[in-house]
Amino acid sequence: MASYQDYLLHLADNALILGQRNAEWCGHGPILEEDLALANNSLDLIGQARLLYQHVANVRRDGKSSEDLLAFFRDVPDFRNYTLLELPHRTAILPTASGDRDYAVTMARNFLYSALMVQVWGALAASTDAQLAAIASKSLKEVQYHLRHAHDWVLRMGDGTPESQRRMQAAVDYLMPFTQEFWTPSAMETAAVATGAGVDVAAFKAEWDAMVSDTLQSATLKPPANSGFVTSGKHGVHSEHLGFVLAEMQSLARAHPEAVW
Amino acid sequence: MDAPSSRPPAAQSVLPDGPLAQSQESQAHHAIWELLESVTDPEIPVVNLREMGILRAVRQGPQGLEVVITPTYSGCPAMSQMEDDVVNALSRAGVAASVVTQLAPAWSTDWMTAEGREKLHAYGIAPPVKSACAAAASAQVVAFAPHKGLAVRDTVACPQCGSDNTTEISHFGSTACKALYRCLSCMEPFDYFKPY
Repeated sequence: MASYQDYLLHLADNALILGQRNAEWCGHGPILEEDLALANNSLDLIGQARLLYQHVANVRRDGKSSEDLLAFFRDVPDFRNYTLLELPHRTAILPTASGDRDYAVTMARNFLYSALMVQVWGALAASTDAQLAAIASKSLKEVQYHLRHAHDWVLRMGDGTPESQRRMQAAVDYLMPFTQEFWTPSAMETAAVATGAGVDVAAFKAEWDAMVSDTLQSATLKPPANSGFVTSGKHGVHSEHLGFVLAEMQSLARAHPEAVW
Repeated sequence: MDAPSSRPPAAQSVLPDGPLAQSQESQAHHAIWELLESVTDPEIPVVNLREMGILRAVRQGPQGLEVVITPTYSGCPAMSQMEDDVVNALSRAGVAASVVTQLAPAWSTDWMTAEGREKLHAYGIAPPVKSACAAAASAQVVAFAPHKGLAVRDTVACPQCGSDNTTEISHFGSTACKALYRCLSCMEPFDYFKPY
């Protein structure tokens, strides 16, 4: 049976995994301003994840759960994030050996996710779960800013040089099929919607489609195909990439359990 | 929007006891507010927590005195420092208190006091130019009319020379709450405190 905690973990894991991915740019940003931008973006996302994990720990009331245990001591099948958010910062096939991170992929993903989350957090601000509503009100302010930042880069790279356009086109072509997972309801989401604590993501599809297609058009990008295999990260069935993200993120906490600083 | 100009209403810091207990308690709480005037934002040491709108209430809780603060950005690393600073400032004065973090209503730059804004400006940080409610309203436009809504940019006056001829260098700056701007008149870069 789908539990409400899974729904909260879904929201928390989305924020944590994208926050961890974006933090990979820390010290490696293409320019100093973007290095700062991604570090700040990660700080917001990891902050949102912390609030949500704390909420889950309070809901459980088992005396054993804590934000650290939820973040660092669960394994791949326990994570409920969208597969989109665990992908590396590159398209499927590398053009060169040195191209291990492509900023176009980072910005395209932040754009696609933020365009969804402005709607999700906006609606969750009226959740029947008062604590979730409070977290949503804060997160909305942050994700609106992330959307503006990523949107500007989609425009700038899409409507930029032939090389930047080629990369942004490749990024949206690669990532778009992963967004199908947004609109395919899971049992935990359906159950949370039924109680009034969650929101029906499918209801946001029309506005999301309009914003994405208008932005891509402004960026002189061709609309990518949004079809094919539907990923299932939110069901706990992930790509091969999440294991590597968790290995890096969790190793310190697991090497020094219950360490404080 | 809830925007106390100096401090939250006294009702929050007073228990409905008898008249005498009430006035003693409100005096005690007033003294706490005074003590906390010295606790500044760790990242912007010219403004204190009251002026930032972070300090929400002083009240008597079941376990004793409680100081209620609200986080700014979800991931702001200064929050735990602020908690420690509040507890330390009070314990130096011999007052035992715990810090309660309250999420709702969500902190907004609209809660910064006028003196707080002036101090930011004097420190070289441009304060938020419009209310966060207005910023949120324009963000709503974003959802329905992407081209127009997203094109909106604030006109931010340079805190050094006062010119409106400024440009945004970077959406994000040295801390979560700031963006980086440059003045095209005096050519100096400056921080802008984003409306939140």
